[in-house]
Amino acid sequence: MIHFLRRRFLFFFFTYLVSSLTIFFLLRILPGDPARVIAGGREATDDQVAQIRDELGLNASLPQQYLTWAVDFIRGEWGDTIAFRGADNRDLIMERSVNSARLAAVALLMSVPLSLALGVIAGLFENRLPDVLISLLTLSVVSLPEFVTGLFLINIVALRWGRSELAQSLGWWFLASSAAPANASFAEMLPALWLPAFAATLVMLAYISRLTRAGVIEELKRDYVRTAALKGIAWRAVIWRHVLRNALLPTITVIAISISWLVSGLVVIEYVFGFPGLGSLLIAAIERRDLLLVQGIVMVTVTVILFANLLADVAYALLNPRVELA
Amino acid sequence: MKSFTVSRAYGAFMRTARSQLRHPQSAVGTLLVVFFLILALFGPQLAPYPNPNDQSHSLRAAPTLDIGGLRLGEHPFGTDRLGRDVYSRVILGAGSIFRIAGLGTLISVVLGSALGLFMGYQGGWVDEIIGRVIDALLAIPALLLALVLIGIIRNLDFAAGSWQAALADNVILLVISLLYIPIVARVARSTTLDIKTREFVEAAEIRGESQFYIIFREILPSVIPSLVVEASLRFSYAIFLVASLGFLGFGARPPSPDWGLMVNENRGGFYQLTPWALEFPALAIAILVIAVNLMSDGIRRAVQKGS
Repeated sequence: MIHFLRRRFLFFFFTYLVSSLTIFFLLRILPGDPARVIAGGREATDDQVAQIRDELGLNASLPQQYLTWAVDFIRGEWGDTIAFRGADNRDLIMERSVNSARLAAVALLMSVPLSLALGVIAGLFENRLPDVLISLLTLSVVSLPEFVTGLFLINIVALRWGRSELAQSLGWWFLASSAAPANASFAEMLPALWLPAFAATLVMLAYISRLTRAGVIEELKRDYVRTAALKGIAWRAVIWRHVLRNALLPTITVIAISISWLVSGLVVIEYVFGFPGLGSLLIAAIERRDLLLVQGIVMVTVTVILFANLLADVAYALLNPRVELA
Repeated sequence: MKSFTVSRAYGAFMRTARSQLRHPQSAVGTLLVVFFLILALFGPQLAPYPNPNDQSHSLRAAPTLDIGGLRLGEHPFGTDRLGRDVYSRVILGAGSIFRIAGLGTLISVVLGSALGLFMGYQGGWVDEIIGRVIDALLAIPALLLALVLIGIIRNLDFAAGSWQAALADNVILLVISLLYIPIVARVARSTTLDIKTREFVEAAEIRGESQFYIIFREILPSVIPSLVVEASLRFSYAIFLVASLGFLGFGARPPSPDWGLMVNENRGGFYQLTPWALEFPALAIAILVIAVNLMSDGIRRAVQKGS
């Protein structure tokens, strides 16, 4: 166990190092002078460009720049933004991260139980009508790009239905605008969360339910299932006590992986819904070429994903005695 | 030898085709993909107004499409706020999404499988190091990396006509290829690890064949089925990614008839004025994504049954 944990942690740090190096050098090695872009393109005078280079520490050697940045990042000094005047990168990223985390939490709460149920049903009815219907659903409606479903939800569901008399009398309060202020409390933001969270749910639904289905089908074919059935245990009990227990264990890993899917999905969803999260901040930061802010956002995202994967692996190893820990 | 390979490939193709037809949803998906492919190839001949930026039409005309009466009318999908024919723009937009997603898939599958075959066959520390780096790189979500790369490259000033400018013009193609090479390599590698322990590989090694011969003539044919599945999966992700990037404003620049871009240009307040200018390109994206998914699901099923 100790050996497994040590290897897992080593890989965690290695991955962290590689991804931080990748992001850092991609942003620096690319041809072109970021200082000139910040100073205002071709019209900027050489003096202005030189001054900005100096301020950003772009004159040091690349490895030195990386080290400075990495140490500052670990110490929590993420620099000032260029894109959003007067704000500190860390405060900005933290505020937006909290919003994205709220959205992700609501989305996970909606999608995980739903997709597990659909996956189990599809697996138990392999190649019969419920399975065909569910796989058709997950391959079609649910797998559409987030912006298509997002715009459909906004324009058809929220705007058209929200205005109808029936919806008004039912009090569709949760279909209010999703453009919440960035520093709203959770209760204030909740009405704005439902619709984007539903769009994010669709992103993960297809993925989790298909993997769950595969797990259930694989487990049903095992010898112990036949043994249990032949021993005369009720089929219902075989399913609940044996099959689902084993088939749902890998789901822990699946949920961890789908968090990284969720991250990509949220970028698009936040942009469509005008939601003040990390994804929409990233797009703004890239458009304004704010290198430090982009680096900070990507590193925070990678941290979340790596931690989710690490936790899932450790939890899986602890819960599943069959995992080889050597 | 050659004719044997050809006839085997033909047999596999026919098997896949028959299996697609046996599952109606895969058949529908494949037919729709072929339909969009025809639009992509012959768009300029099929569109009533081959110039996507022809603004000579009346502004904000409603769609004249009459499905019941089987009539297209003058502007089947209406015109947008600049007086451009939406029907022609949707037809012309098929070309770019197919070109970028298709070429990106092709490049990443060719380079990725070469890398994966080499890693898997070579084994040892080469495989260990490249494999670990690939695993680490895949921790960064593809869309994030694509956005960062495209955003930075596109903001750079290049002298017109230089090689950097040519590269920057095809930045999405470049980024998609780069993103998918490691993923394909990982699949090719794991299949190669499986194959390389078989007797026929050992026999070739004992015969003293070169490494190049063993990798490409002995191992590659057995890896192809899983590469075909991976390629169809990559293609469906690439279509998805190109459409999303276009929508986010990181794809084709206005006034290109890019579907994602058209959706983005016509949302918000413009949606109230010309809903059709958003709905038809969005519908085209939706149908294409679903069709490619159904097709690749069918290919996966056929290949897995065949092996």
